[in-house]
Amino acid sequence: MSDNIILEMNHITKEFSGVKALDDVNIKVKKGEIHALCGENGAGKSTLMNVLSGVYPHGTYEGDIIYKGEKCAFHNLRDSEAKGIVIIHQELALSPLLSVAENVFLGNERTSMKGVIDWTETRRRAQEVLARVGLEHEDVNVPVNSLGVGKQQLIEIAKAMAKKVELLILDEPTAALNDEESQKLLDIMLELKRQGITSIIISHKLNEIEYVSDSITIIRDGKSIETLVKGRDEYTEDRVIKAMVGREMTNRYPKRENIMLGKVIFEVKNWNVFHPDDENRQVLKNINIKVRAGEVVGLAGLMGAGRTELAMSIFGRSYGQKISGQVLVNGNEVKIRNVKDAIAAKIAYISEDRKTYGLNLIADIKENMAIAARPQFFSKHGVINANEEILAAQEYKKRINVKANSIKQVVGSLSGGNQQKVVIAKWMLTQPDVLIMDEPTRGIDVGAKYEIYCVINELAKAGKAIIVISSEMQEIIGTCDRLYVINEGEIAGELTSEEVTQERIMQCIMAHNRKGDEDGN
Amino acid sequence: METKNKKIVKMDMKQYGMFFALIAIYLIFAVLTKGANLSPMNINNLIMQNGYVVILAIGMLLCVLTGNIDLGVGSVVAVCGSVAGIIMIDLKMNMWIAIIAALLVGLLTGIFAGFFIAYLGIPPFVVTLATMLMGRGLTYTLLQAQTKGPFDQSYNFIGAGFLPVIKIPFGDGTLDLVSIFVAVIASVALVVSELRSIATKKKYNFAVNPTWQTATKLGVMLFIIWFFFYKLARYNGLPFVLLIMVILIAIYGFITSKTVAGRQIYALGGNRKAANLSGIDTNKVFFWVYVNMGVLSALAGIVLAARNGSATPKAGDGFEMDAIASCYIGGAAVAGGAGTIVGAVVGAFVMGILNNGMSLFGWSTDIQKIVKGAVLLGAVTMDVLSKRKKG
Repeated sequence: MSDNIILEMNHITKEFSGVKALDDVNIKVKKGEIHALCGENGAGKSTLMNVLSGVYPHGTYEGDIIYKGEKCAFHNLRDSEAKGIVIIHQELALSPLLSVAENVFLGNERTSMKGVIDWTETRRRAQEVLARVGLEHEDVNVPVNSLGVGKQQLIEIAKAMAKKVELLILDEPTAALNDEESQKLLDIMLELKRQGITSIIISHKLNEIEYVSDSITIIRDGKSIETLVKGRDEYTEDRVIKAMVGREMTNRYPKRENIMLGKVIFEVKNWNVFHPDDENRQVLKNINIKVRAGEVVGLAGLMGAGRTELAMSIFGRSYGQKISGQVLVNGNEVKIRNVKDAIAAKIAYISEDRKTYGLNLIADIKENMAIAARPQFFSKHGVINANEEILAAQEYKKRINVKANSIKQVVGSLSGGNQQKVVIAKWMLTQPDVLIMDEPTRGIDVGAKYEIYCVINELAKAGKAIIVISSEMQEIIGTCDRLYVINEGEIAGELTSEEVTQERIMQCIMAHNRKGDEDGN
Repeated sequence: METKNKKIVKMDMKQYGMFFALIAIYLIFAVLTKGANLSPMNINNLIMQNGYVVILAIGMLLCVLTGNIDLGVGSVVAVCGSVAGIIMIDLKMNMWIAIIAALLVGLLTGIFAGFFIAYLGIPPFVVTLATMLMGRGLTYTLLQAQTKGPFDQSYNFIGAGFLPVIKIPFGDGTLDLVSIFVAVIASVALVVSELRSIATKKKYNFAVNPTWQTATKLGVMLFIIWFFFYKLARYNGLPFVLLIMVILIAIYGFITSKTVAGRQIYALGGNRKAANLSGIDTNKVFFWVYVNMGVLSALAGIVLAARNGSATPKAGDGFEMDAIASCYIGGAAVAGGAGTIVGAVVGAFVMGILNNGMSLFGWSTDIQKIVKGAVLLGAVTMDVLSKRKKG
């Protein structure tokens, strides 16, 4: 190959307990270019970058990494950073209460003698590197958390510059930024390119990628599909979308039979929510949705679009502030001030993060299944009817096939799929009319997924209104009768199961983004 | 081989581990002290001396279940004791007014701590460190660093009195028939409740323990009941403190295992965010746990003052540590969400038997502290390691 290739990753295969997250991935990055990685959520982009940066050490994957002409075997982040490869993750790795200058040199301190920090040198050098990312006027002595997210992201980049970076990897750098901040960050990337730094960017925002990158490698299902080069290939969003989603639909979703839709039993009107930490930042704008009895409605969108925020703000105001709007269940407006009210209004919410928000991992299956329904269904004057609980837990364990020795088994020892079933049972036991399922199959294997789809179908058949939130577009298409596309806190479109395709969803999002850009300018 | 309608499950022996440890420690000291700790008087002392620690351990368990502790209980014990003392000695008022006032003061300290913890979100460690300092200072101020006493015999009954007795001559001393009668009732109740629970399990077709295991468990428990009650019968009969303890264990055992409110404490301790999203008002749970701790501290303060026959400024010093240690020794998880009332009580008796045995053996309190510290560390280390192996 020619000399101007800075990085080659050949035949990279990485397995997680038998499941191939990466399957023979190949990628070549030219020196001095901005190379984009595109793919759906879970396609393997972040895994690939973790292999590159040594987060997954050499030996835990197959294949070769050739960087600047030599074969590399990184065992941790330190190894890769020593070679000038720096990765900036989606979640910022800044210590919020330390000063800007200290954060820039975190783990890379300027010292006068061994272990003693030279503060003058630290501040002077920090100012230098900050100037390179357009923050020359920033006070380096203020704590990092006094700055906005956009600037914090730039400080992350400055931190990388301080390490003499040659290959900069940015994982979703603009996910948390507004348009103006995003634009600034992209321009900084172009500036760094002029300074000779090579970058790899992972992003879902295809318009940004089109603007900033020189070539795009598309990853799908853990495989590298193709690489598009600016000026050589067709370089449009539509072209990228096609490569990202171009796969056959197989029958991974159980067929729904005799769909009987009833009247509208769940309705949200003019729903507005503001960010919990920033009362001026509107997270959801004028959301209106309707769900009929027996209907499965999807909320599609990219990560950070506001779907979980919508669900949690409806479910007992568990997210956000200054919430306004109406929620109607069975035609009557319900006043929901907390989760208890939501449960009483026959609404259930199954969180996207079962370990953090769904389960008491040290308690047993029965206890977890019963906890939400207990005040209403399993007790009298505050005293628990233990036998009824045991019977109900046994029935649901059987009904949705939780694989465990007994209902006394501690939930933390179950597999992800079985844990998810326990959470679903917990909410089925509250006898809801409306079930909101947020990423119901995240991180669980294909077999358990199928069983959960069957449960969804069964619930719909029983006349419940179901809302499914999923970042896997195929899942939404495979399970839902109708879906709303949500983007940047607004409804970007509504599609029926007849007209929906992954392309249509992406087009909805892109069209909405463009509209937002025009409104903004 | 599985028979059709009979499901059998093995007993979880770990649950009884600390119980066996308690018996083992007791037997070791029985050998070391040449049987001195087996004497009727010593058994009686064991119960009277540990009454207040047991009361505090019961309240502390609820705090520990939330994943926190209450450092202020020792000071609240002292404040409440001194309030009772001042009312009876200085104001010369009725003991019932003193008791109610002491309980009210305990309630107020609980509300004070609970408010800061639950509704202002101040970490319990900090809030109760503050109540510990404030309570101790308040006690010295109220008592002007003096001891208040002596109290009337009718008040001292709470901490040092006995239930009515019917004594008959027996061997080289006497035997109290009331104690024997209570032991008979307790034995019958134990056997009946065990049989009924087996019947319920069979009715609902739940798994039951093998018969020999149930029988062994019953046998051991009956032996302990008869051992204790026989010893007490040979002394002065049943201490009033024992009655308070039994009632509290029954009430709190019921609350923590059979009520919605009790299980909500476990849910909160296991995963606060998940509890919130399950419709549990976790602030409210926090608040009541600390209010409850305040009231039980007051009760312990009343019992302690009655046993001493006076209120002293140093009363209850270090009790919080004994109560916290009891919970951990009794198998409660440091991170919260796991632990039982019976465990905490057993833990309190492990500490008590250690204290008692070492005193009889003639070890100084300095050495006793070293041993108690080592036992606490050993018990929790074993607990953590055994869990790690499983997970």
